[in-house]
Amino acid sequence: MPARVVVLGGGVGGTLVANLLEKHLKQDATVTVVDGTGMHLYQPGFLYVALDQANALWLTRDERTLLRRHVELVVEQATKIDPAAQTVTLSRGGSLPYDYLVLATGSRLDREAVPGYDGTHDFYSLDGALRLREELRRFRGGKILVGVAGIPYKCPPAPVEFVLMLEEHLRRRGIRDRSGVTLLSPLNRAFTIESASKLVQPIFEKRGVELRTFFNVDSVDPVRRNVTSIEGESADYDLLVLVPPHRGSAVIEASGLGDAGGWVPTDRNTLQHTAHERIFALGDATDLPISKSGSTAHFEAPVVASRIASLVRGTAPKTAYAGRVMCFLETGGGRATSLRFDYAHPPIPPRPSRLWHWAKWAFNRAYWITVPQGRVG
Amino acid sequence: MTPTDLTLTRSIDARGMACPGPLLNLIGAIRAGQVGDVIEVVSSDAGSRTDIPAWVAKAKHELVAVVEDDGFAHFVVRKTH
Repeated sequence: MPARVVVLGGGVGGTLVANLLEKHLKQDATVTVVDGTGMHLYQPGFLYVALDQANALWLTRDERTLLRRHVELVVEQATKIDPAAQTVTLSRGGSLPYDYLVLATGSRLDREAVPGYDGTHDFYSLDGALRLREELRRFRGGKILVGVAGIPYKCPPAPVEFVLMLEEHLRRRGIRDRSGVTLLSPLNRAFTIESASKLVQPIFEKRGVELRTFFNVDSVDPVRRNVTSIEGESADYDLLVLVPPHRGSAVIEASGLGDAGGWVPTDRNTLQHTAHERIFALGDATDLPISKSGSTAHFEAPVVASRIASLVRGTAPKTAYAGRVMCFLETGGGRATSLRFDYAHPPIPPRPSRLWHWAKWAFNRAYWITVPQGRVG
Repeated sequence: MTPTDLTLTRSIDARGMACPGPLLNLIGAIRAGQVGDVIEVVSSDAGSRTDIPAWVAKAKHELVAVVEDDGFAHFVVRKTH
């Protein structure tokens, strides 16, 4: 009897694991993806939509079109996981039994956790990006603050990219001289990786982007247009763009499979749940202290697929996750750099150049026909 | 004092985690924790030796201990407010 593999979540990680498993195991397994929307979102595009550089249409695809023919897709919310019975309960009352379960459930935004959040904007969802785009179209000058209201959050470089691209956007529209752009950095530098900060901070200075350090957003007063930090400072704004707090998926919390933030306790090398060997997790869903990004999920997926294939076949596992991540960092002005690292090797980013900007552009464009199918690795 | 003399509420092994990095993980744990929680972050990043004490001082929490190990260090922080 073929092994039953159920994958929760049709994002980068879930889609890639499902396709790789079907490819490796063929008739030895049935692979089912459960996704609440049935639509696959390319989240790195939100940034470009918010800044009016891209149309929202290219960010979504029908998940069915990205999955191999023999992978089954169930468009329904998973509501509960029972690890003892090895079943997943679905929102319409049905249930799916599994031999191996993959949690690719991503993260969800918890805007309500920040007092006063309603008066702010973000580019962390499609709705948020579209709303911010409208607000920026109306913007005629003033003080814009960009801050972080919770940790962990997806794609740690995104706020840095956003301020640099925003500065360029205001300049192009001829309203830069009437506008202030400030990054409220959670850290004592612009960027988490020191070598990347050293590249980025001179660009901030050159472009007149203000950097306020150790400012972790705590609450917002939308009436007085003021934001306060957990470090006890405050700042006034005309337009506030915040990275919302993130939590793990509701099904993880409802099933008692996560920590206090809803993140899945995951082994950093095997990507197995630390308490349930038949459950794997990848991407945003894990509690690993690594970046929550599509790139992380992309590099973890082949490890999860390979390890499950070994378990199904009764052979020794051949691979482990070594912490590999690769991503691009836009620095504005048509230039970008890249960050490549793993657990043992810190990143050494090259100088920002047009080459990396075009590489990022090409990756964005080619995403749909490469990443979900496992054609780049 | 070593970290083992304390009752840790949470320990984060951030060795080799270039991004988001040990300090961001510590800030996240402090944000999510309760007053009185004792949180340990293990870091192999040389920058942590200055960054972590600087943030803890600025945010007015308590740096309980810094214990050097072979190529990494344990930072133990108590959430005070």
